[in-house]
Amino acid sequence: MSVVLPGELVYAQHKNIKLGPGLQQVIGEQGESSTVVTRAGTLEQNAKGNKFWVEGNSRRYVPAPQEPVVGIISARQGEGWRVDIGSAHQASLDGLAFEGASRRNRPNLKVNALVYARVSLAHKDMDPELECFDAQTRKADGFGELKGGFLVRCSLKMSRNLLDPNYFLLPLLGSRFPLDAAVGMNGRVWISAKEVKQTIAASRCIDAADPDGGCMDQAAVKKFLNTLDL
Amino acid sequence: MRPPSPSTPEKDFFFAALDAGHRLDGRAFSEPRAPALVFGPALGTPSSPSERRGRRARRAPRADAPFEGVLSVHAELSPMAAGEVEPGRQSEEEISLARMLDKIFRRADAIDREALCILAGERVRPPPTNLLQSHAHPQVWHVRLALHVLADAGNALDAAVLAGSAALRHFRRPDAEVVGRAVTLHAPDARAPVPLALHYTPFCVSYALFAGDGEEDVRALLDPGLLEARLAHGTLALALTPARELAVVHKAGGLPLAPAALMRAVRAAARRAQELDAWLGARVRDDWARKRVEVR
Repeated sequence: MSVVLPGELVYAQHKNIKLGPGLQQVIGEQGESSTVVTRAGTLEQNAKGNKFWVEGNSRRYVPAPQEPVVGIISARQGEGWRVDIGSAHQASLDGLAFEGASRRNRPNLKVNALVYARVSLAHKDMDPELECFDAQTRKADGFGELKGGFLVRCSLKMSRNLLDPNYFLLPLLGSRFPLDAAVGMNGRVWISAKEVKQTIAASRCIDAADPDGGCMDQAAVKKFLNTLDL
Repeated sequence: MRPPSPSTPEKDFFFAALDAGHRLDGRAFSEPRAPALVFGPALGTPSSPSERRGRRARRAPRADAPFEGVLSVHAELSPMAAGEVEPGRQSEEEISLARMLDKIFRRADAIDREALCILAGERVRPPPTNLLQSHAHPQVWHVRLALHVLADAGNALDAAVLAGSAALRHFRRPDAEVVGRAVTLHAPDARAPVPLALHYTPFCVSYALFAGDGEEDVRALLDPGLLEARLAHGTLALALTPARELAVVHKAGGLPLAPAALMRAVRAAARRAQELDAWLGARVRDDWARKRVEVR
């Protein structure tokens, strides 16, 4: 589809239209509404024609609600913590936003620890907020502190690819050696394998398949993986 | 904003890998990354994938150096380079980068400043407004080298020095003809522009140093990446000429280094400087051949 730049007005009409990332509705003075692009990329549309979004790549993360992110604790703040998620502002993580947490039983997170959390509030005028559980069920769902392992940085498109269950990379690596991975939408991926060499190989493969880095496809990554020392 | 310190898992993993003899990108300890250089369309504006550079102008010489031209070096880290850089405010890294570049290019005398003199004179008078035709005012060239770091993947200093050296080697200035006390500047299409007179081409080779069991066991990683530079116990930056002369030695961080280890690093850096010099010379020649500047 067509390449669009921020500020362009696009024609997106449907009875039941849904605007995805990169698009915003603007109401004019006479009450007419138009759709304006807020990110650079290609304008995409789903098969039915009611969902529109802008597909682009960048390295700077803009928080959006319900997105999983990998954060680094940067400071204590009252009952919770300040977390660096790579966005323009640091996020707050409340001490009680964990499974089974109460006033007396709070997780013991130190500065510079890694956490896997979900963005619960992301408003452009406020600091983002994180939570480490599902607010409805109050279950951890895989969120919480990440111990050991290593943090790999990648572009945002790559982290979206890694979260896609049909993408080839993580199953390919998993078939060679057992691997634990937590993918954040903020361009950070935590990987943990038993041996140092395996973790380094996984990190180099992520960089190789990244559209910003090596830009390799499945066959090329397979060949590359075979050349690595495992 | 200070760069955030690396997270605990990154730090632990990095040192575990280092003790096992591995680097994060699979390189050997003494293996550098291959540089790439792109020259701009105008005469004398190269840009390696991380840098860009600037131009020159005419001005009056300094009162205490009436026979020398002026070189000023200006370095800037763009907010594109790293998430923590703020525009307008100079971070510590930017200041130390600017200082090193100033030492390497300006204070270590890479350019022959006397060759930049157009018209020598004892008294400095303000330059005339009509610069193309002027009479009897002392004039020298002022070369301004501007380096903009667009993306920092660790070791911006080496990349900046490489870009600066490429710029100085590639650049051609307009030819100035002096008859008596009258100076005439020839436009680039009238007379072929002239290269700068360099005493030598500086190259910088940096190491990140990590403590070991004793002074002899210090590990030196050539061309550190971002995480390696952040976690280093000490750094060693060597600016040298291809003729195996040291221009600037900058050792920071406080990690003691045995003399034998230091000399090993210096010898490896000298070899690397010669490789870079050959590579840079070939690239500059290729680009000039492609620009097909004719001399009639």
